[in-house]
Amino acid sequence: MFDFDGYLHTVLGGALITIEVALLSLVLAVFFGILGALAKLSKNPVARGVAVSYTTIIRSVPDLVLMLLIYFGGQVLINNIALAIGYQDYIEISPFAAGVSTIGFIFGAYLTETFRGAIIAVPKGQIEAGESIGMSRSQVLRRILFPQMMRYALPGFGNNWLVLLKTTALVSVIGLDDMVRKASLAAGATQKPFSFYLLVAVVFLAFTTISTLLLQWAEHRYSIDNKGEK
Amino acid sequence: MDFSFIIDNIDLYLQGLLTTSKLVLSALLLGFILAVPLALMRLSSNFLLRSIARSYIYFLRGTPLLIQLFLIYYGAGQLESIKESFLWMFFKEAYWCALLAFTLNTSAYTAEILRGAIATTPEGEIEAAKSFGMSKWKILRRILLPSAFRRALPAYSNEVIFLLHGSAVSGIITLVDITGAARIINSKYYSPFEAFLTAAAFYMLLSFLIIGLFRYVEKKWQRSESH
Repeated sequence: MFDFDGYLHTVLGGALITIEVALLSLVLAVFFGILGALAKLSKNPVARGVAVSYTTIIRSVPDLVLMLLIYFGGQVLINNIALAIGYQDYIEISPFAAGVSTIGFIFGAYLTETFRGAIIAVPKGQIEAGESIGMSRSQVLRRILFPQMMRYALPGFGNNWLVLLKTTALVSVIGLDDMVRKASLAAGATQKPFSFYLLVAVVFLAFTTISTLLLQWAEHRYSIDNKGEK
Repeated sequence: MDFSFIIDNIDLYLQGLLTTSKLVLSALLLGFILAVPLALMRLSSNFLLRSIARSYIYFLRGTPLLIQLFLIYYGAGQLESIKESFLWMFFKEAYWCALLAFTLNTSAYTAEILRGAIATTPEGEIEAAKSFGMSKWKILRRILLPSAFRRALPAYSNEVIFLLHGSAVSGIITLVDITGAARIINSKYYSPFEAFLTAAAFYMLLSFLIIGLFRYVEKKWQRSESH
C-alpha cells in the first residue's frame, strides 16, 4: 500500500508549489491586512466603509466560492476589458496567479481584524510619548507602533497562517499543479488513491507541525513576560 | 450582468441549499456528540485515552478538509476490507462520504473548543458540587458540561461558520450543494459572475443567520446566568 510506484518524487515536488503558493499568499495577505487595519482605524468614513464591507463580505463567503468567482469571473472580466480596448487574442489567467491573489485577498480580511486588534492593544501613551519627543508619523509607526503590535498580533497571525496553509489545497480545484493535483493524477494512474491522499495528508501535517513549533518559539521569544525577566 | 437565467434555475440553487443545510446540520449534530467524549478523553488522566484523543484531534486539525474528503471518498475504494463489506454501501455514495468527513472534522475542532472550556471551569464550582455530595457523573452532567457549553459558545459559533464554508468542497465530489449548483450553472451558461455571486449570496445569508442565532442564544444564556 505504501509503494508509490515511482510517483513519490512528483508528489513531493508538488509540495514545493504548495509552499510557494502559501508564502506568496501570506505576503499579499499581510499587505491587505495592514491596509485594512489602517483603513478601519482611520478617521475617513469612506476608507472605514470600504474596509468594513471588505472584511464582512469576505468572511461570510466560502474560500472555494471566492476562488471560483475570481478565477472564472476574472477570466471573463479581463477578456472583456481586453476586447473593449481592441485586443483580440484570448487571455488566460494562470491558476497560480489566481490562487495566490484569491488566498491573499481572503486572508487579508482575517488579518485586518488581527492587526486592528493588535494596534488597539498598544497603549496610547506609547504613541503620545513618541510624538512628544518630536518623532514624525512614520517614525512613530515604524519604531513604536509596529514592533509592539507585532507581539499582540502573533497569536492571531499564527492561527491564520495555519488555516491559510490548509486552504492552499483548494488551488488544485482551479487546475494548479500543486501537491494535491499531482496526487490526484498519481492516484488515477496507479489506482491507489488512499495511499496518495494519505501521503498528502502527512505532508500537510508536517507543514502544520513545523509551523506550530516555530510560532510557539516566536511567541515565547517575543512575549512581554519573557522580556521583563531577563 | 444578467440574472434572469439564475431565476429560471433557482430550483437548482434551492436544491443545493437543502443539501448544504442537511449536510452541515447533521455533521454538526453528530460531530458534537463525538466531541464531548473526545474532550473528556483529552483531559483524562489515563495516558492511553489522552493519546488517542490527542492524535485524532492532531490529525484532523492539521490536514485540509478537502484531503480528508478525498481520502474517504476516493481512498475507500482502494481498501479491500471496506470494498468487500457492507460498508461499501455507504462509501460509494458521495453524500455519506461528505457527511463522514465533515462529522470527523468538526468533532476534532469542537473537542478542542470544549477541552478549553472544561479546563477553565472555576475550581469553586466543582468544589461546591462535591461538597453537596454529587457523584462524578452528576458533576459532569449538571455542573461541568453546562458551564463549559456556555463558555464555549462564542468559539463554537466560529466553528459552525467554518464548517458551513468548508462544506463547499462537497461540490467538488459531484454533490449538488450550493457550490455544486453554481458550478453546474457556470458550465451550462458560461457566466461565472452570476453563478458564483448567487452562491456567495446564499452562503452570506446562512452565515448571517448563524451569527444572529448565536447572538440570541448567548444573550439568553447570559441572562439566565445572572439570575
